[in-house]
Amino acid sequence: MSLKEIIPQKLKEKFQNTEFEISVYRDELTIKFDQKNILKVCEFLKLEPELEFLLCEDITAVDWAKRKNRFTVVYHLFSLKNNFRLRLKADAAESESSTGEIKWSIDSVTSIWQAANWQEREAYDMYGIYFNNHPDLRRMYMPEEFEYYPLRKDFPLMGIPGSLSLPNK
Amino acid sequence: MSDLEKDEVHPKILKALLETESEIIVEDALNNEMILNMGPQHPATHGVLRLLLRLDGETVIACVPDLGYLHRGYEKMAENMTYYEYIPHTDRLDYLSPMANNVAWVMAVEKLAGIEVPKRAKYIRMLIAELARIASHLVAIGSFAMDVGALTIFLWTLREREKILDIWDILCGARFTNSYTRIGGVANDAQPEALAKAKWFVDQFDDNLAECEKLINTNRIFINRVDGVGRISKEDAINIGFTGPNLRACGVEFDLRRATPYLCYDEIDFKIPTYNEGDSLARYFVRADEARESAKIVRQVLLKMPQGEVIANQPKKVLPHKTEIYSKMEELIHDFMIVNFGINPPEGEIYSAIEGSKGELGFYLVSKGDGKPWKCKIRSPSFCNLQALPKLVVGQMISDVVVIIGSIDPIMGEADK
Repeated sequence: MSLKEIIPQKLKEKFQNTEFEISVYRDELTIKFDQKNILKVCEFLKLEPELEFLLCEDITAVDWAKRKNRFTVVYHLFSLKNNFRLRLKADAAESESSTGEIKWSIDSVTSIWQAANWQEREAYDMYGIYFNNHPDLRRMYMPEEFEYYPLRKDFPLMGIPGSLSLPNK
Repeated sequence: MSDLEKDEVHPKILKALLETESEIIVEDALNNEMILNMGPQHPATHGVLRLLLRLDGETVIACVPDLGYLHRGYEKMAENMTYYEYIPHTDRLDYLSPMANNVAWVMAVEKLAGIEVPKRAKYIRMLIAELARIASHLVAIGSFAMDVGALTIFLWTLREREKILDIWDILCGARFTNSYTRIGGVANDAQPEALAKAKWFVDQFDDNLAECEKLINTNRIFINRVDGVGRISKEDAINIGFTGPNLRACGVEFDLRRATPYLCYDEIDFKIPTYNEGDSLARYFVRADEARESAKIVRQVLLKMPQGEVIANQPKKVLPHKTEIYSKMEELIHDFMIVNFGINPPEGEIYSAIEGSKGELGFYLVSKGDGKPWKCKIRSPSFCNLQALPKLVVGQMISDVVVIIGSIDPIMGEADK
């Protein structure tokens, strides 16, 4: 039995009340589930002796523009023991504030992999997704004064004139 | 610290710098902390990396890197151009090994679109990727030695790199920003002169590298300056996301060429050099050994390279040759469609990574069936490796910061995207 079957099976055994959407495309395993379980699932995947996903390669987000759950956070994990790569996906939670602004958030996995720190900061900088309990959620590339999130689909390619203050000297 | 002028350091960066809990115990502490801004315009930061250092005397208490001075928004641009148009942009990511970036990008697109590449093209790609690794490591070794004061070796390693640029010149006409690969293969077949020059290069390379190494490997000033500086343990290195030579210097035998073989690396015999020390000296040794292994791979590639086509025969996805466009109707139509509307890979998402010279260089692509990618994420090794910098420099002297940056070998074009 290959890992593509073992991992979903183990997850289903461990988290019986959670739904897992499993897909294999171009020989890559993708598991999608509810964002509430992200910390527990990641911790399990890292600590389970047969799997040991010790390396968190990449965290990013996808903006689906007009879909209801607009942002999906995507994790790429690698198991050095099995030489196997796994993709996790979870839709960021939406909450509307009293002023009508929508805020997207998901739990941070920095406590599991330190590598997640900058990756999550980058996703926050580019998409405006808040990572709960992140130790140092600042912008990664853009200046702190910048008010927009450049990789969102509603941000124009040419940028917004006047959004960045130029030195006045 | 209250003397800081207003707006000199952004309050949030200052907060991150001051709130870092540090377990460093400084002997003869001055109890007089100072904040020092290093970069972005600093010769030893390899581009435009800005560091804010909190110092007690000469000891670094905390460090906060500030990235983004070379952020050009390549991920945003990728969403607004076809897969073909993006090839020249990958040159500008890790500008010391553009060929390897080209290979990584087209491999990702081919995986997404389901294109099978002819074997000769795979071998040519292996050849250029390994030459790119040698070129990049030569600059890394040279500039690392220059950072600690050994200037001669920089001139010598750049002399070697110049020969690789000459090979690229024959291959594709450009020495620096190559854009040599195409989706489905490479732009043109490798000329016999280029292959002969590559053969000549690897034959003389080992001796010349040994000559460079002789300058510093037994040099007491160099060894004392880098030995034990910036040490990181195996577990920490994995946890913080090190890949490539930096991880192998911590004793982890992880190399994507072996772990998830791509191209034809499973037909090639090569070793993965590892060292257990995890310090700056070990990172230098790994790079030197890897350059030698890459020369060995090039030698085998040249021996085993089969004859045949260098571009896949899939007219709807692969650009036809220029002479055919001007003489045949079908090719003209395909060229028009591909150039204007793109290759339209089926809906789906893939992640494809190669072992670049700095570490794992990966592309995460999401297609919605259009000619342009819906999402492109660059997993750049320099970015992930740089994340360990604050951990490495804390507790070291300020002059060691330069050594540690040089030993991590970040390229800001890639880290900032």
